Amino acid sequence: MSASEDIWILGIHMTKFGKHPDLDTVDLGAEAIRGALADGGVTMADMGVVAAGNLMGGGGIGQQLQKQVGQTGVPVYNVSNACATGATALRTAIMAVKAGECDMGLAVGVEKLAGAGLLGGGGKPRADGKVYEPSGRFGAVAPTDGRIGTNTMPGVFAQVGMEYGHRYGGTSFELFARISEKNHAHSTLNPLAAYSKAMSLEQIMNDVMIAYPNTRPMCSANCDGAAAAVVTNGATLKTLSLEQQRRAIKVSASVLTSDPWQEACQVLPDVNTLTRNAATQAYEQAGVGPEDLDLVELHDCFATAELVHYDNLGLCEEGGAVDFFGSGAPWRDGSKPVNVSGGLQSKGHPISATGIANIWEVCQHLRDECGDRQIPDAKVGLAHVIGLGSACGVHILERAAA
Amino acid sequence: MSERVPLVDYLVLDDPPHLVAKQCTQCGARYFDRRNACASCFAEEFDSVPIDNDGVLRSFTIVAHAGPGIEVPFVAGVVDCGGTSVRGNVINVEPDAEHVSLGMPVRLATYSLGVDDNGTEAIGFGYEPVDGEPTEPGRA
Ligand SMILES: [Zn+2]
Repeated sequence: MSASEDIWILGIHMTKFGKHPDLDTVDLGAEAIRGALADGGVTMADMGVVAAGNLMGGGGIGQQLQKQVGQTGVPVYNVSNACATGATALRTAIMAVKAGECDMGLAVGVEKLAGAGLLGGGGKPRADGKVYEPSGRFGAVAPTDGRIGTNTMPGVFAQVGMEYGHRYGGTSFELFARISEKNHAHSTLNPLAAYSKAMSLEQIMNDVMIAYPNTRPMCSANCDGAAAAVVTNGATLKTLSLEQQRRAIKVSASVLTSDPWQEACQVLPDVNTLTRNAATQAYEQAGVGPEDLDLVELHDCFATAELVHYDNLGLCEEGGAVDFFGSGAPWRDGSKPVNVSGGLQSKGHPISATGIANIWEVCQHLRDECGDRQIPDAKVGLAHVIGLGSACGVHILERAAA
Repeated sequence: MSERVPLVDYLVLDDPPHLVAKQCTQCGARYFDRRNACASCFAEEFDSVPIDNDGVLRSFTIVAHAGPGIEVPFVAGVVDCGGTSVRGNVINVEPDAEHVSLGMPVRLATYSLGVDDNGTEAIGFGYEPVDGEPTEPGRA
């Protein structure tokens, strides 16, 4: 790829994650967009495309946001890809710039999720029929959630982690809780996190059990938040100020995958294969390996999920995730810091914002602008997100050459 | 005696009750839902094949918080039935980590969901523990 075909993040912003009772979805998205534009030193007039994601609102979030921040008539792509929605929006803007359809693009993800409660379970109250009649693709005569496995996210991802334990051994309730302890400890340095209190192992293990082995603090925190990014190509970046060039972050790899068919993948979602595929493609695109990463933000929607992604992203040898964690590597002072933002368990998980917010975190470190939680001299970072269904986004980011 | 219907159409209420899968005639991929085509090889023809009633618990969770109307706690899991993965609850066991373990041998069991206005009884299934040595981690 020639320098002019390179893709760069010119500006990026995330709102504080947490409860924003006085801001609606559009307010939050607009705050993220205006922050990203200001960060990049550009305006809506420079954007040739808008890609926007929001799952819980009424639809058409991109146009709703344009109506508040700038209606320029450029194409809008409203995207939806579960928890990978933000990464999908970013990927869409990148594709438009890469294709040469425009020189700059805007991606935004926003969610109002505070107080949303349990996601994925049951839905409507069980209404067992007056008459048993088969319906749906399984010919079910009554609701199956809770009778044939579980649809709740904490339960699904609990099984993902437990399956890893069955395959390789070494997992325990305490191990998963220790992963959560790490992320909650990391969050104390992140002023934008929804929750930034350290939690002891005992507190985590004795908290409310949601789906064994995941207790409440081991689950991603529902909250409000938004994040946005401005992307451009290398040729356009060269026309901008030296300061803009210095702060721009190179997107060395941008990959989105879905899950290829595997035995059992329609029984328990296989979040492993598509993550491994995305990581392999990303390392190849970027010409770097896991050993080159200074920090990783991975999709710890549950403590049980973080463990398997150490392995899926190649941070350890196959089957070695338990030992990798035990070595202290993923702590912020370890050899391979993971989720120094606090991760989804404490920073929070406003679904559509997550896949851009994790990239913001990496960018701040690569720009040496991350304050108290700066990973010293960070040059290369990886952001991973997964949406059940499934979609996986992996981005590898690099600091601009001095 | 009143009529009995299975909770799902892939539960066959023979003696003994068992599950059946739709097996792709081209690649052998197995499915439990109504199919349009094979997700693995895109072929469109399927045979009906019986699934082993005995299996090994490959993963589980003990769900303590679920959707409205769902009784908790319950054990949800994935059972390896002779190479075919099956989703199901672990039943007839205390739903706690002392009584449920990875690699535990289990067997299909059925239970009554109740009777509808026509007197028809719905039959569900799950997997109950059976005696035997658990599969060691790493040898799954
Ligand atoms: Zn097939």
